[in-house]
Amino acid sequence: MSLALIAALPFLGALLPGLMIRAGKNACALVTGSVTALALLMLGLNAPAVLRGEVVQTRIEWIPSLGLNANFFLDGLGLLFAGLILGIGLLIILYARFYLAKSDPMGQFYTYLMLFQGAMVGIVLSDNILLLLVFWELTSLSSFLLIGYWKHLPEGRQGARMALTVTGGGGLAMIAGMLILGNIVGSYDLSVILENKEAIQSSDWYLPALILILLGAFTKSAQFPFHFWLPHAMAAPTPVSAYLHSATMVKAGLFLLARMWPVLSGTPEWFYIVATTGLITMVMAAKIALFKDDLKALLAFSTVSHLGLITMLLGFGTAEAATVAVFHIINHATFKAALFMSAGIVDHEAHTRDLKRLGGLRTLMPITFTIVTIASLSMAGIPPLNGFLSKELMLEEAAHTAWMANPWLLGVLATIGALFSVAYSFRFIAHAFLGPVRTDYPGKPHDPGFGLWAAPALLACLVILIGLFPMLTASWLVNAAASAVTGEVIAVKITHWHGLYAPALWMSLAAIGGGLLLLGLHPRLMAFWNATPRPEAKRIFDGLMEPFATLAGRIANSLHDGALTRYIAIGTLAIAAASYYAFDTGTHAIGTRDLMPIPPVPALAWLSLVLATVAIVIFHRNRLLTLVLVGIIGLMVSVAFAYFSAPDLALTQISVEVATIILMLLALNFLPKTTPIESAPLRRTWDAAIAVIAGVGIAALAYALMTRNPAFQTISDFHVTNSKTGGGGTNIVNVILVDFRGYDTFGEIIVLGIAALVIFALTEALLRAGPANDRLLAWRPDQRRAGDRHPMMLVVATRVMLPIAMMVGVFIFLRGHNLPGGGFISGLIVAIALIMQYMASGFAWTAARQKVDYHALIAAGVLIAAATGIGAWFNGLPFLTSAFGYVTIWPLEEFELATAALFDLGVFLTVLGAVMLALASLSRIGLRAGETVNTQPFDIDPSEGRTLKSEEAR
Amino acid sequence: MEALVASAIGMMTAAGVYLMLRQRTFPVIVGLTLLTYAVNVFLFTSGRLATNVPAIYGTGAPGYADPLPQALVLTAIVISFGMTAVIVMMALGAFLEAGHDKVDMNDDDTPADGGQK
Repeated sequence: MSLALIAALPFLGALLPGLMIRAGKNACALVTGSVTALALLMLGLNAPAVLRGEVVQTRIEWIPSLGLNANFFLDGLGLLFAGLILGIGLLIILYARFYLAKSDPMGQFYTYLMLFQGAMVGIVLSDNILLLLVFWELTSLSSFLLIGYWKHLPEGRQGARMALTVTGGGGLAMIAGMLILGNIVGSYDLSVILENKEAIQSSDWYLPALILILLGAFTKSAQFPFHFWLPHAMAAPTPVSAYLHSATMVKAGLFLLARMWPVLSGTPEWFYIVATTGLITMVMAAKIALFKDDLKALLAFSTVSHLGLITMLLGFGTAEAATVAVFHIINHATFKAALFMSAGIVDHEAHTRDLKRLGGLRTLMPITFTIVTIASLSMAGIPPLNGFLSKELMLEEAAHTAWMANPWLLGVLATIGALFSVAYSFRFIAHAFLGPVRTDYPGKPHDPGFGLWAAPALLACLVILIGLFPMLTASWLVNAAASAVTGEVIAVKITHWHGLYAPALWMSLAAIGGGLLLLGLHPRLMAFWNATPRPEAKRIFDGLMEPFATLAGRIANSLHDGALTRYIAIGTLAIAAASYYAFDTGTHAIGTRDLMPIPPVPALAWLSLVLATVAIVIFHRNRLLTLVLVGIIGLMVSVAFAYFSAPDLALTQISVEVATIILMLLALNFLPKTTPIESAPLRRTWDAAIAVIAGVGIAALAYALMTRNPAFQTISDFHVTNSKTGGGGTNIVNVILVDFRGYDTFGEIIVLGIAALVIFALTEALLRAGPANDRLLAWRPDQRRAGDRHPMMLVVATRVMLPIAMMVGVFIFLRGHNLPGGGFISGLIVAIALIMQYMASGFAWTAARQKVDYHALIAAGVLIAAATGIGAWFNGLPFLTSAFGYVTIWPLEEFELATAALFDLGVFLTVLGAVMLALASLSRIGLRAGETVNTQPFDIDPSEGRTLKSEEAR
Repeated sequence: MEALVASAIGMMTAAGVYLMLRQRTFPVIVGLTLLTYAVNVFLFTSGRLATNVPAIYGTGAPGYADPLPQALVLTAIVISFGMTAVIVMMALGAFLEAGHDKVDMNDDDTPADGGQK
């Protein structure tokens, strides 16, 4: 379980920043950090077992029919990556706390960051490739949010889109590749796939699968020719660049190469595609990095170059090279994250990260200078730092590998890559920190507070420690990870001195010497670089995307032109056409069920319904009349329910009808009272044709349904049989609602509650300063007001009726389980009784005497229903299992107590609260529109000065 | 009787769709209400029509009305009240914000760049 929890923790943690940001930025960062720290701790608890060579597993069946299981496993490789993700994640959370400006929404940032962290941890712990793909796409999405975090910057938005397009596209290719792989093996579990090397490599589908998976890995890890998105993603805030674009996300591609290494590597195809791509990327990106003036762009291309280096090593396909690759992943994460954070510090303090405007910061920012120097020297591969160790090993591997039978090509090109790497690393130090102090920095550069430099300083310490004592600090992790990658037992030996006869020594010396020479020649090379035309990746990308965007825009805009009527017409016709096609291609015969006779009274009801419907269409421009007609139709529908043996429905329909008509009347008070003639006769004919098609279709379907017996045994019999014995009630409909389908009802009262809250929120928005509020304040009633708005007769009648109506409500509620009634209906009845008070004495007068908050009613209802459901757990039963028993309390008869009644109470309260909140919201709009508030229950009191008035005026 | 119920459903559907194709919010809401009646009755008829039979369990009853569609339609009625209330409020809000109650967006209501860049 603990592995699934590690992957789930960051996702759960993503919920916290949004809440904690209200408690301040420190609290927010602290809570976010502690979630990550907890995940790291749980990872640490699993570490000893993994280092002993065991594989920790957690298996949860999710959708077994699809082969999609939430299986997780942790081996050495997973431990290394999860450790990097969570460890550096923790440092980034600290760094971001001090990096982000006051105006940046920090809660949002941490939420995105935690989403990303969870997705990454999910990738490296997944033991199911389908699950891995889900997490893989999640990293693309969350990184999109992070790169575009500064929404006001066009570069940020464009960079985010580009990153999403490239990595998301690669992800799609990878899905295809993974599915092929799963098909070859017959399982989607990674641990099974990893044991089927022969089956995969001998399959005809090996090459397509390899290419598709590599597309995913290369786009994610920014390998040539997909490298261009990474520099554009640098528009993100620096903590994002340090986290995603140096330590974690771009390494997801490498992780995948390493993960699939046992089954995919070792073939010529693997070697030539992977090693060559890595080599080209390494050399090309290192060269570009030398000519970038922007510190983050320099680091971005340097990252691309180092990713290429690791890709190349994995491409060699030997266990030794893979081991070096693993070691370099650790080293690169340490020094590159430190450098990114330092670049962020320079930007933060000097307000620029343009090398042309920097220089001389050595004395102004000594701490930053120290950190940068250590990390840069490591990046350049200067002994004894950790970057030197892995670079030496890399050069050694390159020197001993032949490419197309050419024994020296790889060695030479690798040396050239290293040479550029030395040059840009030194350039970072020299052009930003060395040289004379300048007077024209845009900001006032000085070392930042501890919070900002603590994280990079810690990484710089690691750079030194791993560099000095590699066997003590890193070899155990390298061994565990490399053993997991290669499937062999690896015991690495890392030393600083390989002897005079090792080619790596001379290649290293050449790289350092050449690099320093290049740095000396830099001004002249730069001039030459600027004079040479180069393909601009962004322009090519935009050129490729433009036609697609235009096409998509054209389709979307022509279908979605904002005309609701058009959507409805298209939707209706499409449904009609599909139904007709189904009807026309199927076989059918006349229904065989006996028809019922037509007695005269129901025929009259039918006639009035039809007449009212026709009248609505004819007179719909008169809106008040329309409402009256709607009332008639609703009444006829209720009567029909009663006639067709559905008393519960009849009761519900008629009470809902009352509430609906009152609500629409209240709204109509503010809306125009008539509908103007706008559409041409042709258009109306066309609309009528669509309406007739829909009506005829539905009528035919209903008729066909009613004249046939069910084709299959219905499940209704089960409910009838078990209603009394299982649910303890004789009103089958109510037992279905509160017991058999209680879960549905629970969901439905939540929806109802949400609908009421939406109405409340809409009202709040309308009553805030804005055009709607202005319009309400300047409101002039367009109808004549009644002279006596609150007639005494109505007030007295409603007062007298209130207790009676309440009693009826309680009665309907209590009998609901056994006779028609129940929570829904009694909620509506009580709501109508209360609305009557509003109508009689005015909203404000009634609201002032109202002791219960409607929000609280809704909440109480949902909570009571939930508590009833949860109660079943304590008896070891599933959610919402009801219990009932019969008790006798003298002098009453024997009666029944059922938990279902408690659940029904929840339904009752929610319905009451929701209806009242909806109507009260509308009334608040009326108040804002200048409706006067009366201090007495009615306007005209014939017995002025009598007790009634003084009591009410309190 | 089946023909009467089916034709009533059809009439209400046709009237509902016609009103929903109008250009103003109020007829659209009324149309939606009519369509709701039609849909609820249609769902109800999937239990087939029956008169004079109880929906209450007891001994000696000749048969029962199908309780399942009744239960489903009961919640549907209440939920559709909630939804009607929401769109009524939206219509009112739109009218107060924009000063008119047209349902179709004008061309000038759409952002010029389609939300891009």
